[in-house]
Amino acid sequence: MSRQVRILTRVLSSFLMTTSASDSPSLTPNSTNKTEPDRVPQFNLPDEPLVVIEPKKSWSAVGVHDFWVYRELLYFLTLRDIKVRYKQTLLGVLWVLLQPLLTTVVFTIFLGLLIRVPSEGTPYVLFVYVGLLPWTFFSAAVISSSNSLVNNAHLITKVYFPRSLIPVSAVIGRLLDLAIAFLVLVCLMAYYHVAVTWAILLLPVLVALMTLLAVGLGMVTSAMNVKYRDVGVLIPVLLQLLMYASPVVYPASLVPARWQRLYGLNPLVGLLGSFRSAALGAQIDWSALAWSGATTAVLLVGAAFLFRRMEAHFADFV
Amino acid sequence: MNRAIIKVEHLSKLYRLGATHNVHPTLREGLVGAFKAAFRRQNNGNNSKNKNIVWALKDVSFEVSRGEVIGIIGRNGAGKSTLLKILSRITDPTVGRIALYGRVGSLLEVGTGFHPELTGRENIFLNGVIMGMKRRELARKFDEIVAFADIHRFIDTPVKRYSSGMYVRLAFAVAAHLEPEILIVDEVLAVGDEIFQKKCLGKMATIANEGRTVLFVSHNMPAVINLCPRVILLDSGVVAQDGKASEVVSHYLHTGGAKLAHREWPNISTAPGDDVVRLRSISVIDEIEQVCQSIDIRKKVGIRFEYDVLEPGHRLVPTFNIAMESGAVVFWAGDRDPNWENTPRPKGRYTTIAWIPGNFLNAGTMILSVTISKVRPTHEHLYEQGVLSFEVLDRMGVDTARGNFHGHFAGAVRPLLPWQTQFVPKDEGSVEIDSTP
Repeated sequence: MSRQVRILTRVLSSFLMTTSASDSPSLTPNSTNKTEPDRVPQFNLPDEPLVVIEPKKSWSAVGVHDFWVYRELLYFLTLRDIKVRYKQTLLGVLWVLLQPLLTTVVFTIFLGLLIRVPSEGTPYVLFVYVGLLPWTFFSAAVISSSNSLVNNAHLITKVYFPRSLIPVSAVIGRLLDLAIAFLVLVCLMAYYHVAVTWAILLLPVLVALMTLLAVGLGMVTSAMNVKYRDVGVLIPVLLQLLMYASPVVYPASLVPARWQRLYGLNPLVGLLGSFRSAALGAQIDWSALAWSGATTAVLLVGAAFLFRRMEAHFADFV
Repeated sequence: MNRAIIKVEHLSKLYRLGATHNVHPTLREGLVGAFKAAFRRQNNGNNSKNKNIVWALKDVSFEVSRGEVIGIIGRNGAGKSTLLKILSRITDPTVGRIALYGRVGSLLEVGTGFHPELTGRENIFLNGVIMGMKRRELARKFDEIVAFADIHRFIDTPVKRYSSGMYVRLAFAVAAHLEPEILIVDEVLAVGDEIFQKKCLGKMATIANEGRTVLFVSHNMPAVINLCPRVILLDSGVVAQDGKASEVVSHYLHTGGAKLAHREWPNISTAPGDDVVRLRSISVIDEIEQVCQSIDIRKKVGIRFEYDVLEPGHRLVPTFNIAMESGAVVFWAGDRDPNWENTPRPKGRYTTIAWIPGNFLNAGTMILSVTISKVRPTHEHLYEQGVLSFEVLDRMGVDTARGNFHGHFAGAVRPLLPWQTQFVPKDEGSVEIDSTP
């Protein structure tokens, strides 16, 4: 099982480029492998201090630079989350497949067969799975991310590193689940003879956007959760509502015309809708996607500033 | 010749008690609090503001040269932990500035980030990277770390199956291979058995000898004196003293006044110990059982433990040791009361007194450490190192070991021994002389 995880992780991390190509992404490198020494003996003190610790003065944002400097830590935190998640469950990786599959079965029976929700010409099973696949990723990512700082309190109070690594690694860890569950989609598409179009190349872009959106939300909610534990309870409830406010189990066209404008404010409408269209070869609503991209960018920048503002006090509250 | 590698300038840290007491406020409380605060500000300005704030550090300034090993001591709440947290960038100062001219590695505990489900091998990498090492560096030192921890056979076992000793050894082994220019260490030596503690102290001495700068925060006075030539004493958030280790430590122990011969923990939940037994007070007493800071060298001294047994059925043994200012332990002693030895104890309050005879300890400052342990199976419920100190006062006279001697009286103990001399006058003759061949 852990071998599987390792292989999948390797594939995933090379896809994400969280580690440079020369570092083989494995938690168990060959210990006898001698490389050039990292430590250069330093006999002269630098003229300028390496680090100056001062009170935080002005607003600043979490820098992308941090993620590069601490890429190894980001990688190990992600790997830890993944390993621990699969080690502690009986079925391990199977859960990643079972969860969307079971929900697919439930929705297919109730919405597809009984209520007969329109599914834009595709079989409802495929229609709902292609919606639930990115949704399950998004919702799991936001939930793990929002709890991540609290769950890593022991790290926050004992050692310094950019705090933003924690909610971000929680989101990245869920990408592996998505990749595994994606294999089921491939099987379903093959079974129903869905014609693959060039639009499928858009899927990685959409996954990247959803990851960024989850990172933005995760950073805000995890920071708030440190101070107010209610947030951790509230998030799953809000996500449940958000699922029904997004085109997961029904097509966006089902929403009445006069509500469409309000409905379209939800960035997930564009993302999930485009994901489905790209996978099934339907027409992509570019304006909705542009809106999703713009709101994601705004949210991400806002989250970066807010997070930096709040992170100074994490250790005092957590 | 040595430029400062750490410069701490006018460092202060403010804590709001409202926030720290109520650790996990709910959203509702937060909103109500914000509303109240806004309301209060309108009404009576700054009046109620000062009650809820505490300066954990006030205008602390010092410099550390490259290669110095500095001890930081002080009572609980003196600001040691806050200083460490700021130096390790875990929390920000409110005022002031620290300039660091080297890479910092902080060791506020061993095994930070260890995950019980992961194997020893996986944890070495995770923990190392968390503490700021590079993966390549870890791969290179991997064998050395495993050898130091002495856990070869279990390296691919999840650490949740490790004994606590193995766990600590592995954790310290990783930490010991951290190679920053500035190392910040907090109390990590309070863990592990005595042999391992010695190994750790040895490793720290090596680090210091390599020319690296070490800041060592501890309650363990003997260790501080052994390791650190220079010591900074913090008291209520300010630097009370900064100087030679032996002077600062003895100043620290002396300025406690009568308080240091007696300590009590009125709040049971914060008293030393665990769910089985908690220490409620510890005192140094004289022959009429009064708390006593200074004891005449001729008189007996009592060590009085008061402790609550919260869970019945354990075979408990209070023990203590007396150390001199130099850190050398004079002796260890464990409860040998025949009524309770090897007897499971019922719940309740116990008072145990151990008497150290008069004319036994040498004169000077004595530092007391106490434990309460369990036998069969062995387990240490509490260990309070350097919990009290008291003074043994020198005396001269016929009933002392010193007698009329004026000079320095060396030794760990100063027993008044029964001396006997037999005398045979020479010119009376003696049978024994003739019998020698």
